[in-house]
Amino acid sequence: MTKLSYTRALNQALAAEMERDPAVFVLGEDVRHALTHVTVGLFDRFGPERIVETPLSEQGVTNFATGAAMAGLRPVVEYQIPFLLMLVFEQIVNQANKFPLMSGGQARVPVTYLLPAAGWRSGWGGQHSDQPYSLFAHYGVKTVVPATPSDAFGLLVSAIRDDDPVVVFAPIGSLAIRQDVAPGSLVPVPLGTGRVHREGHDVTVVAIGHLVYDALAVADELADQVSIEVFDPRTLYPFDWDGLAASLARTGRLVVIDDSNRTCGMAAEILATATEEMNLVAPPRRITRPDGAILGCVPELDVALQPSRQLLTDTVLKVVKNG
Amino acid sequence: MTLTASPDGTVPDGTAPDGTAPRPEDFYRTMRLIRRFEERAMDLVRSGEIVSGIHPCIGQEAVAAGTGAALRRDDIMLANHRGHGQLLAKGSEPGRLLAEMAGRTTGVARGRGGSFHPSDFTVGVLGSTGSVGHGAPLAAGAAWALARAGSDRVAVSVFGDGAVNQGALLESFNLAALWQVPVVFICENNLYATTLPVGASVAGSVTGRAEAFGIPAETVDGMDPEPVYAAVARAVARARAGQGPTFVEFLTYRFEGHHTFEITTRPRYRDPEEIARWKARDPLALQAGRIPEGLRGQIDAEVEVIVEAAVRFALAGPKPDPADALEYLYASGLQTRPGVAAMPEERTAPR
Repeated sequence: MTKLSYTRALNQALAAEMERDPAVFVLGEDVRHALTHVTVGLFDRFGPERIVETPLSEQGVTNFATGAAMAGLRPVVEYQIPFLLMLVFEQIVNQANKFPLMSGGQARVPVTYLLPAAGWRSGWGGQHSDQPYSLFAHYGVKTVVPATPSDAFGLLVSAIRDDDPVVVFAPIGSLAIRQDVAPGSLVPVPLGTGRVHREGHDVTVVAIGHLVYDALAVADELADQVSIEVFDPRTLYPFDWDGLAASLARTGRLVVIDDSNRTCGMAAEILATATEEMNLVAPPRRITRPDGAILGCVPELDVALQPSRQLLTDTVLKVVKNG
Repeated sequence: MTLTASPDGTVPDGTAPDGTAPRPEDFYRTMRLIRRFEERAMDLVRSGEIVSGIHPCIGQEAVAAGTGAALRRDDIMLANHRGHGQLLAKGSEPGRLLAEMAGRTTGVARGRGGSFHPSDFTVGVLGSTGSVGHGAPLAAGAAWALARAGSDRVAVSVFGDGAVNQGALLESFNLAALWQVPVVFICENNLYATTLPVGASVAGSVTGRAEAFGIPAETVDGMDPEPVYAAVARAVARARAGQGPTFVEFLTYRFEGHHTFEITTRPRYRDPEEIARWKARDPLALQAGRIPEGLRGQIDAEVEVIVEAAVRFALAGPKPDPADALEYLYASGLQTRPGVAAMPEERTAPR
């Protein structure tokens, strides 16, 4: 057993795929010096043609990756800050993700967009702490949010091998996680497959990204009162609806904890689908950032805007009581 | 390095040029084809067969013909919304292109790209993005990929004067020059971005944008296919020799509106005298004057046969089945959820 950190898992996945497939290469800012630690050691190992340092030109670089992908390569584009994905939203959503359809199936755009630090950065101000994964799911861009190091490895590998654009969000809250990993146990995780981290029979808590750990902690704390099943979708699009249905068939109750803003956030879709198509014995609830929330530079305010263990505890107890 | 194969397995054929400059009649044939193709396409717009309308390139045929002649079939092109001539000159089959515009499954992109976004991987045209100017970074990325694989293929991006104020395009100039990418940037300056005159939209100069990044740039008459060909051939030779990107601005003019909607909306942003002045420099008439009349008549007759066959082919093609509306959405074949969920009793399979 070795301890594997989340970022090291991303690094290992990238190295393994670059070793396996010469078409895989990285484009990004400060990747040579591995500012985010994801590309540590890779410049020396693969050289400047595979670890391509770019100027601050996110729109140009994102389209550049699309062009390279249509010519047969498999780019991985790294973005250091969540808002950069909004800067290139058009290039991903309106171009990369539409070319397969608009070309009548001629084009493949196998680009991976890697965000190695998504979510709240304490005190960094109003523009560095967004969590924009729901936007991509809304537009049908494949979107993954791995919670654990082994899932980070497995989902990044699958994202790189996928023939469509995939956005990979690594939540900041997961980056400190270290996991015992047996040699050889890291394997690809298919896109669109959820994971039950803890079985239970009273209520399903769907937790996205780092919030899985909060859900597990609450499940522990409430173990003598409520049996909580913790369901981690891992991929937000395509979502593992069958996995969720199976969990709800066991519990009949649903709470979703999601670091998105409330309106049109991922939790809203999960609640809507469960309500339309699955059998619930109690009204479901979601815990999200408030509508329109902007995390700023005062940590106490920012904490107040994010889903918390206390809110999850209170909500789970209410949902169980009501049903 | 090969291009991604299209679903029917076709890839660009890698045809090499014979090394000789095209003959005057070759340019004329291409230009005549584009002109008649566009005129017949406008007929199909009026008759409702092409529901999107089109952005006609009538008047700009010399740029397309000269560019197409300077490229190999396996070179890559990112066209733009006024791209029919560009595709025809690159080698697209007229019937399949027209079928695309009419939304038929027999089109170059199975009717899913339409007039605005045609792509034809069989001749290296990867696409025509609606984000004006964004084909430039797409072409740069494709060219970079080809060069990295040791190929001597190049990529061209064709855009209008309206594109030269787009950030993504300017970013691509920087990347292409920085990394000496074998890409040719071709600006069809037809003096108007929809209704906006170039003088009211471009500070500095068009070529100055490329020069600022150290990219060789020149301005060339775009109403004559021969200097167009010479300029693009020079740029392509530089790219193939590993000497990096080149920018060429062609001064040209569209004889029709920005889009066929102008047939009914009739906006008045161009002086009729200006239009008449440019029409007096009709590139098709210029080129016709360079070849014997007998040969010209023969080519005209051949083109009529080709264009009429294209119209018949296009209109005979089937329209896609609405049940297939989600086809091609994902290269991986991912099936998506429909817009309404089945009721429990209607469910036939797992979700």
